[in-house]
Amino acid sequence: MIWNKTNECMQRDEMITLQSEKLCELIDRVYFNVPYYREKMQKDGLGPDDIKNVDDLKKLPFTTKDDLRDNYPFGLFALPTSEIIRLHASSGTTGKSTVVGYTRKDLATWSEVVARTLTCAGVERNDFIQIAYGYGLFTGGLGLHYGGEKIGAVVIPVSGGNTGRQLQIMQDFNTTVLACTPSYALYLAESIDEMNIDRNKIKLKTGVFGAEPWTENMRNEIEKKLGVKAIDIYGLSEIIGPGVASECIFQNGLHVNEDHFIPEIIDPVTLEPLSEGEEGELVFTTITKEGLPLVRYRTRDLTSLNYQECECGRTLVRMKKCTGRSDDMLIIRGVNIFPSTIESILLEISETTPHYLLIIDRINNMDVLQVLVEVDQQFFLDRIGQLESLKQKIRNSLESTLGIGVDVKLVEHKTIERSEGKAKRVIDKRKLT
Amino acid sequence: MLIKQLSVFLENKSGRLSEALSALGDENINIKALTIADTQEFGIVRMIVSDPEKGFSILRAKGFSVNLVDVISIATSSECGSFAVALKVLSDENISIEYIYAFSVADKAAIVLRTEDTDKALKAIQRNNMELLGGNEMSDL
Repeated sequence: MIWNKTNECMQRDEMITLQSEKLCELIDRVYFNVPYYREKMQKDGLGPDDIKNVDDLKKLPFTTKDDLRDNYPFGLFALPTSEIIRLHASSGTTGKSTVVGYTRKDLATWSEVVARTLTCAGVERNDFIQIAYGYGLFTGGLGLHYGGEKIGAVVIPVSGGNTGRQLQIMQDFNTTVLACTPSYALYLAESIDEMNIDRNKIKLKTGVFGAEPWTENMRNEIEKKLGVKAIDIYGLSEIIGPGVASECIFQNGLHVNEDHFIPEIIDPVTLEPLSEGEEGELVFTTITKEGLPLVRYRTRDLTSLNYQECECGRTLVRMKKCTGRSDDMLIIRGVNIFPSTIESILLEISETTPHYLLIIDRINNMDVLQVLVEVDQQFFLDRIGQLESLKQKIRNSLESTLGIGVDVKLVEHKTIERSEGKAKRVIDKRKLT
Repeated sequence: MLIKQLSVFLENKSGRLSEALSALGDENINIKALTIADTQEFGIVRMIVSDPEKGFSILRAKGFSVNLVDVISIATSSECGSFAVALKVLSDENISIEYIYAFSVADKAAIVLRTEDTDKALKAIQRNNMELLGGNEMSDL
């Protein structure tokens, strides 16, 4: 089934006309309503009249996560907050998260694109969707929630965590669709075995998994262990949240809802646009968003685009499963973490040196972050209690900022490798390729 | 009167203690007493050595996380019960001990300890006419 045949199965020329029209409207709105965009465009000698169709997109300046942070919290909103009815925020940044605001129409758009995502994944109104994404400032839970309600499915808002309860509900309510991160899906699968739950009591048929990178191997494992079709969904709060793109049942690339979010692929170094099929950084322009419209937002995700019509009948451009990132952002248990954030927290703790190492591993299908910290030689280190409380202090600071559990390990002076160039700060042992 | 103790932070990795001790031995630093406080991940080695300042420089130069710490050392006889008598003096004055270790040579014994209030401990020891050891006397043991 296709949720919105008109928009999901458009001819290419019709799509280009629609995108061009909405792009012009968007540029008018941001130029006149967002000082940041006006100044940036003026600096490049651009006015709203210079943008006539999607081909002109490449003339426009990029927007980055730093721009959002610099204008924290509401600086890039294109409408007064009286028009905003919901805020969400992304996780794990140096004290300042990126805040996104939705108007009533934005929330309607969001429900629409998530409804498409779910339909695309093969979910129908008779399904029971168990949403095990976190509810709250994170867009995962509520995004899936309203999309699920829109298609008329039975939405079970369990939110994240509490595995025992998840599995009980899964059996008692006959859950047919599971929405969570792929690593949590695997964790649930293993818990079913460990708790000796009768497989016949699990009625799952579809999984919509996203918010972190995962491989084909992981997909095979999840499908085998949970007995579901595992569908990759893609989204980021800056653009709207889940609903930006989704695989269909043919699992051959993610259909981008390009009538709302125009994708481009650029070379992350030269910033030049790349052509179809070439791998580079994914960039979005949100042509219909009102609260926080973004022009050429650099996602830092690496992928490529495919404009061929899909077997499912959709003509929406497909993006390949993301293969990596063009920056050093880590996604750990669905939370976005930059090593620089951890560094700035450690620098505030005087008893440690600025040398640290992050080790990320996937143990029992759960991402684990270990932070090795060097004890400063000058730090008085004669008592165990003192070191234990130092460790606790570091852990508390990290956990309260990052929002995930961290294992801190104190190591000897000079045991973390010094390098003359860019220091190696991260060892990612998760096998994601 | 206080003596200098070398305190070294070591990760629980095989060979680390041996490396630290070899570094001292190579420079003719004699270890009089040694104790280790350990946790799952790391340990603190505490040592009384013949030349603490030199030992400190050697270990620091080798990249060890090391510090010189002032500790109290009490001389007792190595008779049964003498350790307990010494500790009673401190407990009667409500002085908490952070860590303690002891060793004996022939008929003499030495107790090395660190308390949360060094001055108070020193006064209590002197008031009870117990003998404090200095660095040199310790080396002579």
